[in-house]
Amino acid sequence: MREKIVLDLGKLPLHGMGTASVTWWGTLAFMLIEGTGFALVIAVYLYLMSLATAWPINTPPPDLLPGTLVTLILLTSLIPNILLSRWAEQQDLRKVRIGMVMMSMIGTLPLIVRIFEFPALKVSWDSNAYGSVVWTLLGLHTTHIITDLVDTLVLAALVFTRHGRSPRRFGDVQDNAMYWNFVVATWLPIYGCIYWLARL
Amino acid sequence: MKPSAAAPEQRDIDVERAQLTDALAETWKTPSGLWGALATVDHKIIGRRYIFTAFVFLALGGVLAALMRIQLAQPEARLLGPDRYNQIFTMHGANMMFLFAVPVMEAVAVYLAPLMVGTRNIAFPRLNAFSYWIYLAGGALLWIAFALDMGPDVGWFAYVPLSGPQYGTGKRADIWAQMITFTEISALAVAVELVVTIFKQRAPGMTLDRIPVFVWAMLVTSFLVIMAMPAIVLASTSLILDRLVGTHFYNPAEGGDVLLWQHLFWFFGHPEVYIIFLPAVGMVSTMIEPFARRPAFGYLGLVMALIATGILAFGLWVHHMFVAGLPRLGDSFFTASSMAIAIPAGIQIFCWLATLWDGRPVFKSPLLFIIGFIITFVIGGLTGVMVASVPFDTQVHDTYFVVAHFHYVLIGGAVFPLLGAVHYWFPKLTGRMMSEALGQWSFWLIFVGFNATFFPMHILGLEGMPRRIYTYQPDLPWHGLNLFVSVSAVILTAGFLLFFINVMRSARFGEIALDNPWDAPTLEWATTSPPPSYNFAMIPVVGSLHPVWDDRDGLPVADGLRTDRRELIVTTLATAEPQAREASPQNSIWPLWAAIATTIMLIWSIFSPWAVVWGSIPAAVALIGWFWPKGTPEDES
Ligand code: HEM
Repeated sequence: MREKIVLDLGKLPLHGMGTASVTWWGTLAFMLIEGTGFALVIAVYLYLMSLATAWPINTPPPDLLPGTLVTLILLTSLIPNILLSRWAEQQDLRKVRIGMVMMSMIGTLPLIVRIFEFPALKVSWDSNAYGSVVWTLLGLHTTHIITDLVDTLVLAALVFTRHGRSPRRFGDVQDNAMYWNFVVATWLPIYGCIYWLARL
Repeated sequence: MKPSAAAPEQRDIDVERAQLTDALAETWKTPSGLWGALATVDHKIIGRRYIFTAFVFLALGGVLAALMRIQLAQPEARLLGPDRYNQIFTMHGANMMFLFAVPVMEAVAVYLAPLMVGTRNIAFPRLNAFSYWIYLAGGALLWIAFALDMGPDVGWFAYVPLSGPQYGTGKRADIWAQMITFTEISALAVAVELVVTIFKQRAPGMTLDRIPVFVWAMLVTSFLVIMAMPAIVLASTSLILDRLVGTHFYNPAEGGDVLLWQHLFWFFGHPEVYIIFLPAVGMVSTMIEPFARRPAFGYLGLVMALIATGILAFGLWVHHMFVAGLPRLGDSFFTASSMAIAIPAGIQIFCWLATLWDGRPVFKSPLLFIIGFIITFVIGGLTGVMVASVPFDTQVHDTYFVVAHFHYVLIGGAVFPLLGAVHYWFPKLTGRMMSEALGQWSFWLIFVGFNATFFPMHILGLEGMPRRIYTYQPDLPWHGLNLFVSVSAVILTAGFLLFFINVMRSARFGEIALDNPWDAPTLEWATTSPPPSYNFAMIPVVGSLHPVWDDRDGLPVADGLRTDRRELIVTTLATAEPQAREASPQNSIWPLWAAIATTIMLIWSIFSPWAVVWGSIPAAVALIGWFWPKGTPEDES
């Protein structure tokens, strides 16, 4: 087809930030997938609970301490995380570097406490359906912490290389921070489910 | 943001047309040779591969169908034993649904959607490459297992307890479950790519009401995939856990529940039907325009019907479980919603009829397939409304009536439009036309053969013939019709064979196609047939729903893009205002490594839970290799 030029796009930036970035939208879509997954496991939990005559099945409810500790750590981690996202938005490489190191360390903390959280469920995955679903809930969320932590570590290494000073990297840092917020946000209903619904 | 000052950049405005296309071809090329083929991220090459592979699976599933029909042609046949028959109908169903119908629709969109919205590559092209390899691995897993007599034998929906640890011994059910994981990963990946491509990479000016209907259909479908597929991933994963590490999700003795499986499966399974069907109706609404030679009647109605179907699709799953003994009120609700979904379907049918009525139709093979689709789909829809009523369903559940019904909607509702689409877009993909004479012949053979094969199955079902039986006794009143069905299946097969012959012949010897052989209005026809690696030398600027019709004196385009890096335009969600000149990733071999690592992990995990721990390490390494910047111009900004 013949063409006629009607628009000059030469002035546009070479990379979009925020809603102008395709990775931002991609992260959002993956959050939707995983959010649906979490919601479904919670639905399974409620479904099994509605069938059982007593809940938890043949076990006391889980110990509150490790799970609550994880919740507190995760909630507190939001502060540095949001700060980091802001520094990335301002494209302040020095602060972003500090923030990334900080989040790498903070990301490992909940995993350490998690080691104690599984035994605190006081039930094994193969004891009964209750055990199966709480282990699945906790396991699924733990996988999310691990994947985000690995992502954070790699990105932390990256911001110290020559590839660090680029809007694209700052965008990655923001997306990674957004994903961490998601990991924290999804924990809250799961925490309520595992620890408080079992006490009703 | 300041543009990088260091490297002297090359822009399209600085060069002559011939130099421009040379420079773009260099930047966007897929090198020849094996390595180039393995590392490519060109959506057209990957889309072609996807389509080709899906049709191979269609042919393989067709061979299984032929085997079943030979076996059932007469009572007490000895060709297949009960165990083999169980494997064959399960393989046929699972293969057709997960390896053919869903992937082929996404595949067509992988090829076409970026062209139709006027961009240069799909969003996340490396994820696209990865998704293809994962899909291929999942298909290979299923078929290799079948060849080793390890094919699943629990039906395409693998109900527990039959598929659970107690009855489903061996690894057959795990093969089914893990094949699901493979195909769902690839389907989810493509869904994300399509959503982001359609949201953010539309050509400047392509506002929401200027998006071609097929693209709308794929957007809705992608959201269905995103919301529905996690349910089946959860189902298949928990099934594997029950079978491998002794969880009790589906074990009633320990507080589990078998109906939970049916809920999870059909929460996915019913939207799945629309995941297959919506792209097909999108194709119809798009193809009908050049053949009716007028714009489709009721664009808004068509789009709204797509969205309404997408939402209602989630309110239907229980109608697959009417005989499972659910509370009465539940049944009534799901009957009502099942009948309600006939409304948007009806709206679309009336829009197509109005388009044809008011147009000057040209009866080429794509339009024949469209008309065949409308007729067949209406029949399938009518039996659908019938089985939505609980008393009727109780009678015909698990009989050949249901087999007839779902083949009417699947083949009539999806395969017919798809075959029409192949005839229609073939020139764009290959640069050659398909033979019209062969196309007409294959249409009539398939249409007649299909109805003669499947219509009598309704009657067989009413006469009480259950589905999934490997044979029947001579004193039952079924053999006459069964023989008729099997003979008709020969006609149907002949039609499909002719179609495949037409495709293969035309790909080599077909008449050379023009850029826009059908005088169609959408953007994929504004570029050459087949399109160059960069799709468009200059990004189109869209001013209407039918840009190619409305700008006959010259397609408005934009300039100012660089030619020395892969660059495309990101636009705003609703109004498609240009926001950035974004880089599009270069070819990379890492998606293949990541797919291989994932494949090893998934297959290993059928046998040991530790596979997830050890297998994720190479997968993580491959992902790091994939994302680590390589210092190419695409990494700058
Ligand atoms: C090409 C011609 C086809 C023929 C002759 C054919 C024939 C059959 C027959 C005879 C059965 C019933 C087996 C039984 O219950 O014992 C069956 C089942 C099935 N078919 Fe087809 N089929 C064809 C194409 C397709 C296509 C294109 C799809 C999907 C897009 C499909 C999806 C299914 C499914 C999901 C089942 C149920 C499997 C199960 O019971 O688990 N078929 N087919």
